[in-house]
Amino acid sequence: MKHYTMKSLMAGAAILALTAGNAFADVVFNRGNSADPESLDPHKTSTVYEANILRDLFMGLMIHNAKAELEPGAAESYTVSEDGKVYTFKLRAGAKWSDGTPVTAQDFVFSWQRLVDPATAAEYAYLLSPVVNADAITKGEKKPAELGVKAIDDATFEVTLNSATPYFLEMLTHQSTYAVSKANVEKFGADFIKPGNLVSNGAYILAEFVPNDHIKAVKNPNFYDAANVKIDVVNYIPTEDRSTAMKRYEAGELDSNDDIPTEQLADLKAKFGDQVRLGPYLGTYYYVFKTDKAPWDNVKLRHAVSEAIDRDYLAEKVWQNTMIPAYSFVPPGIGGYEARPTEYAEKSQLDREDEAKKVLAELGYGPDKPLKMEIRYNTSENHKNTAVAIQEQLKPLGIEVSLINTDTKTHYGFLEQKGNYDIARAGWIADYKDPANFLDLCKTGTGNNYGVYSNADYDKLLAEAAAASAEQRMKLLSDAEAMGVARDLCVVPLLFYGFHTVVSPKLKGWEDNVMDVHPTRFLSKE
Amino acid sequence: MLRYVIRRLLTAIPTLFLIVTISFFLIRVAPGGPFNQEKGLNPVIKANLEKSFGLDQPLWQQYTTYLGNLLRGDFGPSYNLPDFTVAELFRVGLPVSIQLGSMALLLALLLGSVMGIAAALYQNRAGDYAVVATATAGSTIPTFVIAPLFQLFFALTLKWFPVGGWGDGAFINKVGPVLTLMLPQLAIVARLMRGSMIESLHAHHIRTARALGLSDYAVVVRHALRGALLPIVSYAGPAAAALLTGSVIVETIFAIPGVGRYFIDAALNRDYTLVMGTVVVIAIFTIIFNLIVDILYAIVDPRVRYD
Repeated sequence: MKHYTMKSLMAGAAILALTAGNAFADVVFNRGNSADPESLDPHKTSTVYEANILRDLFMGLMIHNAKAELEPGAAESYTVSEDGKVYTFKLRAGAKWSDGTPVTAQDFVFSWQRLVDPATAAEYAYLLSPVVNADAITKGEKKPAELGVKAIDDATFEVTLNSATPYFLEMLTHQSTYAVSKANVEKFGADFIKPGNLVSNGAYILAEFVPNDHIKAVKNPNFYDAANVKIDVVNYIPTEDRSTAMKRYEAGELDSNDDIPTEQLADLKAKFGDQVRLGPYLGTYYYVFKTDKAPWDNVKLRHAVSEAIDRDYLAEKVWQNTMIPAYSFVPPGIGGYEARPTEYAEKSQLDREDEAKKVLAELGYGPDKPLKMEIRYNTSENHKNTAVAIQEQLKPLGIEVSLINTDTKTHYGFLEQKGNYDIARAGWIADYKDPANFLDLCKTGTGNNYGVYSNADYDKLLAEAAAASAEQRMKLLSDAEAMGVARDLCVVPLLFYGFHTVVSPKLKGWEDNVMDVHPTRFLSKE
Repeated sequence: MLRYVIRRLLTAIPTLFLIVTISFFLIRVAPGGPFNQEKGLNPVIKANLEKSFGLDQPLWQQYTTYLGNLLRGDFGPSYNLPDFTVAELFRVGLPVSIQLGSMALLLALLLGSVMGIAAALYQNRAGDYAVVATATAGSTIPTFVIAPLFQLFFALTLKWFPVGGWGDGAFINKVGPVLTLMLPQLAIVARLMRGSMIESLHAHHIRTARALGLSDYAVVVRHALRGALLPIVSYAGPAAAALLTGSVIVETIFAIPGVGRYFIDAALNRDYTLVMGTVVVIAIFTIIFNLIVDILYAIVDPRVRYD
C-alpha cells in the first residue's frame, strides 16, 4: 500500500523520538468526520466535512473563533471605504506558509482569480459574486485578471465590490476564499494538494491521506500562533457508518464525531450524558411545491397542506428532537435578523387542521374529489420516515399522498431539470451567517429555486436589500421573507437542522455554536 | 495446456471490450449526473465542471476517448474525488481488499474442508450435526449482523480487538473483518465438502480401495478427497473473484479502506470513471479466476484434458 507521507517530517519525528524518548509524546486528536473530503483543494471543495479539515490546514482573511465569532485571520486588520465597496486588508506581519515563505497579497490575488476562473470549475465560484467582474469571469466573458482584486504591496490586499455587501467579511471564513501558495500551485500543478507537496498557512500541515481510512495533519511550526496550538496531530477519520463510529468512540478510538445514530439518541444520552451535544445549526429542512403547476399554483391550497403537517411530531418522533420545528425559512441564530414565520406558527395543531379542512372544503376537495399529492424524496431512512409521517398526517384530511423515492443524484437531477412533480424534499445549510443565503433560493431564475417561484416584488426587495445600509438591509430581507415564504410559501419550511455531535470529556475548548465550527487550534486534550 | 491458456486469454479481450462498452452506456442512462447534489450548482458553474471533465462532448466521443485512455492504462480521474485518479484509488484500496479476501478464502477453504470431511466420515452422528448446524447458521446470519456483534463482544466488552479502522494493516485490525468475511464462505465450503465427500465415499473405486485393505487415511485423503474436491474448486473460483474485490458491508462496518465500497458509492455518485474502473477490475478478476478453475479441473480430475 502506498502512503503519501511527508518523508522529511517523518524523519524529523523519528529523530525527535530517538532523542526525547517518550517524554514528549504527541497529543493526538482522532477526529471523526462524517466523510472523506472530495478534494483538499480549497477552490474545489463545497462540503461541511471538507471545511472541517481545511479550516485546520488553512486560514482565511477572516476566521471563526471557538464560538464561531468573526475575527481577523490571515488579515491582521482591514478598512472599509465609506461607500462600503472597497475593502483593504492588511496581512499579518511575518505570516508564513508552512514552507517558510511569506504569505503575500499576490497569493490572495492569484487564489481569488483561480477561484472564479472557469478552467478551475470551482463549485463555489459564486461566493465571490459580490466582487467586481467575478460573475462575468466565471461565465467566460472576461479574463480572470479583470477581477476586482489588487495587491497594493506584498502585505496589502484590496477588494472592490459591486455594491456594499454587509456579509462580505462573514463570507471570508468560507474555505473557497482561502489563499493557496502561488509558488506551490505553479510548482506541482494539479498535484499540489498531495501530502508532502501541499503548503498551507493554517495551524496544521497535511501529512497523510489514505482515502476511506484517515487524513493526518501535524502541527505547523511556521504558524504565527503555533505557541498556543496544543494538539500536535489530528487524524480526521471518515465515519460513514454512524453505529460503528459510536462504538469506536466508546472504545476510545475516536475523541469526537460530528454525527451520531440519532435513532439511538435516548440510549446514547442515557449512556454518555452531556458528551452528546445537541443544538441549533444554521440549516433548514424543507419541502417545496412546484408553484407553477395546478393545483399547487393556488397559494391557499399550499398553505392548507403546510398547516396540516404536524412539525412537532416530525421533530420529536421522527428526528428524536435532533431537529427543531420550523415555520420560517431563515433559521434562528443570525444576529440582527427577525425571522417572519407563517401566521399559523403560534396556533395549536388542532386549530391548524381545522383551518386546513375548511380551506380544502372551500376549494371543493372532499370524499368525491380527493386531493392527490405525490411526495418525492431522496434515499435516507429519515427522509423516508418524514415522508411517511406526513402521508399519515394528511390522510384524515382526505389527501391521498403517494411517495416516490429516488437516490440523491436522480432526485436533484430531476429537480434541477424542473421535472413534473407535486412536492419534493430539499435542504439548505448556510454557507455563511446571512439570511440572504437562504432567501436567494426563492429568487426568480436561481438554479436552486426548485419550486420555480417567481415574484417581481420579492426580487425587488432582495435587490433593494443588497444596496441598502446594514440595518435597513435586515429589515428589507425580513419583509422579503414575510412575502415570499410566510405569505406565498415559495418553500415549505419543516424543520431546522440541529447539530448532534459527541465530544469526549478529555477534549477541552469545544464550544457549541450555530455554525458547528470547531477549529482544532482552539482545542486541547488531556 | 499452454495453448489453451493463451486462447482463453485472447478471448478475454473481446469479452472485456463488450463489458466496458455495455457498462459505459448503461451508467449514462441512469438519471442525474455526477454534479447533482443537495446544494444544486448554478448552470454556469455546472457547465464549467462538465467541461473540465470532458462531459460536454458528444457521448460517442467521450466513449472513444475513454477507450483510448483505457488502452494506455489510464482510468481517468474520479469525478467525486478529484484529488485522486481511479488508478490511485485502486492502488491504495485493492491491496487491502485482496489481503482480507484471500485470508478469508484460504481460512474458509481449509477449515471448511476439514469440517466437511469430518462431517461426512461421521455422517448422522453428533459431529455431523454440529457441522451442519454451524454451516446453516453461518450461511443464514447476514454479515451486517455478525460484524456489529463481533464489535460489541470482542472489541467493546472483551477489548481484544479494535472496533474498526485499518491501523496501517496491523494484524489485530484484520481479525474482525477476516472472520466476518470468512464465516459465510466457511459454511458453504463445509456443506459442499460434506455432500461431495459422502458421494465420493460411496463410489466403486473407494469400495475397492477399502476391500484392498488400505488404511482409512489413505482411502480418504488419497482417493476420496480428489474426487470430492471438484465442487469446491468450481465454487472457489467465483468466490475468490468476489472476495478479493472487497465487500461493501464489511468494509463499511469495520471502516476498512478497501475497494468494495466503490462499487456502490461510485454508482450512487454517478462517478462514471470510478464505476468503469470497478467494472474492469471485477471483470478481470472473474476472467482470471474462471481460467484458474478450469486449469485446476485438469489437475484434479484426470478425465479433463485441454489439448
